[in-house]
Amino acid sequence: MAGTAPKAGKEGGTGYRGIVGPLLLPTWVMVGVFMVIPVLLMAVYSFLTKEFRGGVIWDFTLAAYDQFFLSRGLFGDEPPRIEWTYISIFWRSIWQAALATLVCLIVGFPTAWFIATRPARSRAVWLFLITVPYWVNLLIRTVSLKFLIRDNGPLNESLMSIGLIDGPLPLVNTNLAVQLGLFYSYLPFMVLPIYAAVERYNFALSEAAADLYASRWVTLWEIVLPIVKPGIIAGCILVFVPSLGAFLAPDLLGGAKTFMIGSLIDEQFRGSQGNWPFGAAAAMILMTLVMIVLLAYARAQAKSEAR
Amino acid sequence: MKIFLTSSTAFALLAGAAQAEGTLSVYHWFEYIPQELVDKFTAETGIAVTIDTYDSNESMLASLKAGKLGQYDVAVPADFMVQIMGQEGMLDTFTPEEMPNFGNIAPQWVDVPFDAGRKSSIPYQWGSTSFSVNRDVYAGDISSLGIIFDPPAELQGKINVLDSQNEVLILGSLYLGIPQCSTDRAQLQALNDMLLNAKQHWASFGSDTAKDVLVSGDAAAGMIYNGFSAKARAEGANVEYSYPKEGHVLWMDNMVLLKDAPNRDNALKFMNFLLEPENAAAVTNYAAYTSGVTGVEPFLDDAIKNSPENNPPADATPGVFAQACDAETQKLYDAIWTNLKK
Repeated sequence: MAGTAPKAGKEGGTGYRGIVGPLLLPTWVMVGVFMVIPVLLMAVYSFLTKEFRGGVIWDFTLAAYDQFFLSRGLFGDEPPRIEWTYISIFWRSIWQAALATLVCLIVGFPTAWFIATRPARSRAVWLFLITVPYWVNLLIRTVSLKFLIRDNGPLNESLMSIGLIDGPLPLVNTNLAVQLGLFYSYLPFMVLPIYAAVERYNFALSEAAADLYASRWVTLWEIVLPIVKPGIIAGCILVFVPSLGAFLAPDLLGGAKTFMIGSLIDEQFRGSQGNWPFGAAAAMILMTLVMIVLLAYARAQAKSEAR
Repeated sequence: MKIFLTSSTAFALLAGAAQAEGTLSVYHWFEYIPQELVDKFTAETGIAVTIDTYDSNESMLASLKAGKLGQYDVAVPADFMVQIMGQEGMLDTFTPEEMPNFGNIAPQWVDVPFDAGRKSSIPYQWGSTSFSVNRDVYAGDISSLGIIFDPPAELQGKINVLDSQNEVLILGSLYLGIPQCSTDRAQLQALNDMLLNAKQHWASFGSDTAKDVLVSGDAAAGMIYNGFSAKARAEGANVEYSYPKEGHVLWMDNMVLLKDAPNRDNALKFMNFLLEPENAAAVTNYAAYTSGVTGVEPFLDDAIKNSPENNPPADATPGVFAQACDAETQKLYDAIWTNLKK
């Protein structure tokens, strides 16, 4: 075998054959230990029987998924019908996350465009300014936001002092506050990928379009957007996925009056309900939903590359 | 830097002591014991103490179940959790002879329902849960739980409720006059409907924020623990804590001797240390609840001793402890809670 090694080295690109395995080892360990094993564990747990007050019994059952999708009434003896409780919790979270993504896109795209069209030197300053607030912990930023918008907070006080409103605007503990929190938390995840895409955009294309009598809208829709689309999609995923599992903003700004996916799962493991298989099942269902979104993205990517 | 220096010095000292007298591993609530008291124990006995913290009874139970049992000597569960841990076989027992200060336990806290005769636990702190009202907003009568569950117009939409299944459901049951761990359909349905109807008047759910929302004015009334309400008052909020006529929730945190404790003797020494009135008072002065030890009065701060939150009026309806329901019954209460928050 020793004799074949130098020969392989000459056939470009395969020179590392002997050490590829060891070199990839850290990657495999990372993927295996931190992704595959935990997800498998979670999948297995979701099919186990719950032990009263936390823990599992090693009897395989579909009870957790049954609880998620089927309702048998408060006392569990009515004929099964569709359980809307958890579906509506998921729907609310998805709706919130989608809206946050849309708002981030509407604000983030012009922002990214603005930064990408500045002179090279000031671009760095703008990007720096975008990231500065994110050096502060998310929890602290969320609590600070609550301080700003509460009934006797600076926003309401100043609006009242200039006479624009008579009483404080009810902002805190509303869905609007949750949206504000999600938007503020994840905006840079939208701006940065779009910026990266717009920065690579060749502005000569816009000039060429203008020379050919394309209106500004046509240029935007037909030339710019198709080219920067990967950045937009990446930004949307980066905002949508964490918004979906968020529970800081709903808890602190929305008043925790309704479960979000994140708080529902949290309650199964740490609350007095202690239903680990159900928490694992809900997490698996959430993960499946996220996978579907990512697969849709991958397919859209493949399509646009084929074109 | 100063903290680093002191703690490393302490560590060096402890390391020396540890070799001589061994260690003690404590599983405790966050911010529930003053560091000076731990240092005092180490100075007196030479036993090095390490403390890990948790933020709820349930998460403590979960992590002990998940394999931490055998690593800790003592933990500090609430009343119902002592009962649960006892049922699960997670507690070791001791005899009063092993603990010279056992006689310091206040008589009414010796034969408690969750640990009859105190075979595995000693009282740590106890207090109550009901609600407080901002007197600048509402000056009327606050002697009923209706303030929370059927609020007057001034308080509607300005109420914070603890984000804790046990406390909300028990206070709701007290309001309706139905027993805990009920399996009566009509009663449970009534509780479910009453809570769903009350929710429209609530601004938020929050436990660790319960004091903050009262101080900031986000909420004008809220369910709260008595010591937490005293702190809200100390921070300038004009709040009054109510001992409602329907009753209130009583709770007691207890230090328990865990099964398979690696340092059983040191654990007993620590528990004995905490039954010393001066030391029990130090915890009370820090946490602002009430100790279950006799003879603490001379060591208490006046503000704590005389606080209206810690001293219910003589004619107050007595409080009730949370009961640990069986699995089938608990499922019904879990369903009501999920219904309320869906």
